[in-house]
Amino acid sequence: MSTAVTEAPAAVTLSAVSKVHGHGRGAVHALDQVSLTAPPGEFTCLIGASGCGKSTLLSLVAGLDKPTSGQVTVGGRVALMFQEPGLFPWLSAAGNIEVALRARGVGRAERKRRAAELLDVVHLGGFGKKQPHELSGGMRQRVALARALAQDADVLLMDEPFGALDAMTRDFLHDELDRICAGRNLTVLFVTHNVREAVRLGDRVILLSSRPGRIIAEYPVPMQRPRRIDSAPVAQLAGTITDRLREQVGRHGK
Amino acid sequence: MASNTLAGLDALDLDVPARGGGRLGYRAWAWLWPKALAVALVILAWELVHLTGWKKYVLPGPGVTLSNLWDQAQTGLLWHAIRTTLERAVIGFALAVLIGMVVGALVSRIPPLRAAVGSMITALQTMPSIAWFPFAIILFGETTSAILFVIVLGAAPSIANGLITGVDYTPPLLLKAGTLMGLRRLSLYRHLILPASLPSFVAGLKQGWAFAWRSLLAGELLVLIANQPSIGVLLSTYQAQADMASTVAIMIVILVLGLCVDSAFGAADRAIRRRWGLTGTG
Repeated sequence: MSTAVTEAPAAVTLSAVSKVHGHGRGAVHALDQVSLTAPPGEFTCLIGASGCGKSTLLSLVAGLDKPTSGQVTVGGRVALMFQEPGLFPWLSAAGNIEVALRARGVGRAERKRRAAELLDVVHLGGFGKKQPHELSGGMRQRVALARALAQDADVLLMDEPFGALDAMTRDFLHDELDRICAGRNLTVLFVTHNVREAVRLGDRVILLSSRPGRIIAEYPVPMQRPRRIDSAPVAQLAGTITDRLREQVGRHGK
Repeated sequence: MASNTLAGLDALDLDVPARGGGRLGYRAWAWLWPKALAVALVILAWELVHLTGWKKYVLPGPGVTLSNLWDQAQTGLLWHAIRTTLERAVIGFALAVLIGMVVGALVSRIPPLRAAVGSMITALQTMPSIAWFPFAIILFGETTSAILFVIVLGAAPSIANGLITGVDYTPPLLLKAGTLMGLRRLSLYRHLILPASLPSFVAGLKQGWAFAWRSLLAGELLVLIANQPSIGVLLSTYQAQADMASTVAIMIVILVLGLCVDSAFGAADRAIRRRWGLTGTG
């Protein structure tokens, strides 16, 4: 009976979505008339300065919040990764993955097997028994990624997931994420304010303005994978986008 | 190759394991000697007061008292009394935990109930338990039920409050993560909210136990049940006989029992903190 859901095109559509926080004079326009379509398997990066409503947008897609107007359609299951790993501190790394499997009704033996498999996917094979606090920030974030994968989602939402990591770890996690997405036909919405990261990872980069958040530009990223964050074409496109972003942010300084 | 570098990065990232406490014997000694020293100092100070001759007709020295305690330990009476008292403590505390948990779970879940009952729980907590005894004795007569009633009233509010605080302080990020995973209602409680509130719940249990133990001893001094020796009964009997050595010996028993239970709660608390990574040394 679940086949109907899995066979449906897994993609995200936002049509003229607006979100206002609060009412009256204190109301904040977080998103204004945002329309966006993410086809299945596409990696979309959303970039913008503070106050562009990036996180609001992800909350709407995740169903944690309702839009004030407009429509959000999501085909398939959604998983969300935050800047903090958000692991349960009382469970081991494997336990954290198993609890996500359990929420989907996966049986006990199968849970154990799948959790071990997913830990291997994020190269943490020997670390299943460790508590989150015994792992480094990058390792915790990989456990969080494994947990997101355990939810068997069609759409993966990522809210600055590597923002708190050092540059070297982040580089490696970019490679990992490339590799993991390649095999799974995952639709990814990736929010960041690191322009190079967006160009390194995305099939396209969407630039949002701040207060209210609107889509002001869209850049397809034509470079072949695997890419490097320090390659010339990545740096060049990132430069173009950064200029546009600065010009946009400058308007708020007047 | 890439995964090799990643593994190398992981190995470098991991904390160097902190110096373990060494062998078991060494750790036991490190745990024991400050306590032994403290006891020795107290006995020394006591002996010094005794030697000055202050209140020398009523205040016995440590030697007399400790040998009195030894003698009492040879009789069945003291052990019988300890058993009765601990039985009441366990039953009363278990009832308090049960009631506190149910009340705490309901109040933390149902907002109108919280508005109505929430502040009443704290008010109940500030009421000295001894003030409940006249009420309890009239209600139940001079029975064990009267004592248990006061224990529950003393301990349950702390336990309920511990649970409520724990539920309130469940990090919103974890709640978001849990909801998105598909945990709902009961499973959300079972897999997320209850474990997340465990540290605060244990703190509530510990505080509840302190209230229960005080209420129990107060109860045993006030509610005199015939033919049932208990710690409180022994204490009031020796007071009536002006037998100071026996009185102090019983007080030492009370202190030791309290310390034992407290260290059990302390161990539970440390185990949780170690598991969660909340200890300073990691």
